[in-house]
Amino acid sequence: MGGFDWGFTFVLVVNGVMVGLMYALIALGFVLICKATDVINFAQGEFVMFAAFIAAGVAGAGLNFWVAALVSIIGMVALGFGLERVVLRPLIGRGIIAVVMATIGLAAVLRGVAVLIFGPDTRAITMPVGDMPINLGIVSVPPAQLAGAVVSIIFLAVFSWFFLKSRVGVAMRAVADSQQVAMAMGINVRRYFALAWAMAGVVSAIGGVVWGAMLGVDNQIALVGLKVFPVVILGGLDSIVGAIVGGLIIGVVENLAAGYFDPVVGGGTKDFAPYLVMLIVLMIRPEGMFGRRRIERV
Amino acid sequence: MLALNNIEVVYDGVILVLRGVSLTAEEGRITTLLGANGAGKTTTLKAISGLLHAERGEVTKGSVELDGVRLDRLQPHEVVKRGIVQVFEGRRTFENLTVEENLVAGAHTRHDLGEIRAGIERTYATFPVLKERRQHIAGYLSGGEQQMLVIGRALMSNPKVILLDEPSLGLAPMIVEEIFGVVRRLKEEQKLTVLLVEQNAALALAIADHGYVMENGRIVLEGPAEALRQNSDIKEFYLGLNESGTRKSYRDTKHYRRRKRWLS
Repeated sequence: MGGFDWGFTFVLVVNGVMVGLMYALIALGFVLICKATDVINFAQGEFVMFAAFIAAGVAGAGLNFWVAALVSIIGMVALGFGLERVVLRPLIGRGIIAVVMATIGLAAVLRGVAVLIFGPDTRAITMPVGDMPINLGIVSVPPAQLAGAVVSIIFLAVFSWFFLKSRVGVAMRAVADSQQVAMAMGINVRRYFALAWAMAGVVSAIGGVVWGAMLGVDNQIALVGLKVFPVVILGGLDSIVGAIVGGLIIGVVENLAAGYFDPVVGGGTKDFAPYLVMLIVLMIRPEGMFGRRRIERV
Repeated sequence: MLALNNIEVVYDGVILVLRGVSLTAEEGRITTLLGANGAGKTTTLKAISGLLHAERGEVTKGSVELDGVRLDRLQPHEVVKRGIVQVFEGRRTFENLTVEENLVAGAHTRHDLGEIRAGIERTYATFPVLKERRQHIAGYLSGGEQQMLVIGRALMSNPKVILLDEPSLGLAPMIVEEIFGVVRRLKEEQKLTVLLVEQNAALALAIADHGYVMENGRIVLEGPAEALRQNSDIKEFYLGLNESGTRKSYRDTKHYRRRKRWLS
């Protein structure tokens, strides 16, 4: 065998990590909701898309990037609260299928409404970071991507701290552990449900702005939601650490797959490689790497 | 004083579970509620703590009052704020959280961080074994430790009244003794009001001041614990003793007499 091209692999891995951090952030929104409220949110990708549309709309009206990002965050928090109240709360205790169908319906509605409001054209969000590629030794990366990675790291760190150390985070995990016992301890469970949706809104807004800045904003952005499932299945549906590690692994896997197999099979590997990982995980460890296993004492 | 005035509880709009239960738990005393499976003891506790709402149950008649303030329309978290906390049967810890996180979650209704810290230290002083286990995941503690944890967690809300549901269930006698000792101490030192639901009547009547016996959703007998201990029906059917007070074998009881029903 000839020399293995370490440089090429390194580039793929770095790109994978960058994308993986974004996946991690978006998966975090999914995990927050799943953990706190036991709802599988199939509309996570549409949340991200909607956030990107809001940001692009505001930026398109001539306001600066930071204002656009802020409006997007506020809008998504409001949307999260609103949806929890109007759509999800009446479904509490109705069985998993009803809730899953509701979120799938929600996804379709959001996709339609976004086009109705913002039109079908692809819009742009421009981050105030210029577009000269930044040289990181062997690889050089677009500044928008690097900024996205940095933002992701910051928010992942903040959310991890929040969950593991803050009192509100502990209460939220308590709700996830047992809603009934949490109620008996004086925790207002409904308020925490709403909080989980609002936080998912924040994460989606950040994801939407960064993702939109990299890819341009149209309803194709919602497809990132499809990447969320391999990530959370790999990491564990209710694990924050799992979302981060799973995001990174899926990002790297899809980039390596695209780099090495696309030339052989002619493309498309990026789209199914994550799902291949997901299937394997489901077969050998269905609860994921960090997912909650039922604790059974013998 | 916690008072239930003739309450009726209906589940799902049709199933009548409590048929007019009245009882009082005096301040700074231990009141016990005895009865067989399905008598309605746990439902009574949930009627007090407001947890019925989450199970499609409802107090349809009567009232629950703490020092004259009505509680039966309140959400569970509001009941906890007013000083009543329920400890479920079956040692329901937050099993994926550490011991200390369980305690922090128990203090959710309080806001002064210093007081919460002090509360945690007090709990560790009461149950030293929890201090050793503070960073352990609650789901992996032993049964006795879990029972101590859920009682300690409930105390973190600084309650006036604690509702204990079968704290002795499935625990070794020595552990039960330790836990009941703590309950008695809490009553004596902190003037805590305790409403204790038990199937183990001998144990409950030994530490209680007052007792009630429930059957089929009604109170069928009540009195000071001392009087209940002497009551011949209680002796026979709950304590397993015969008239002269000696232990008796269930083999000697005629089968049809084993269970007495006060109401048919």
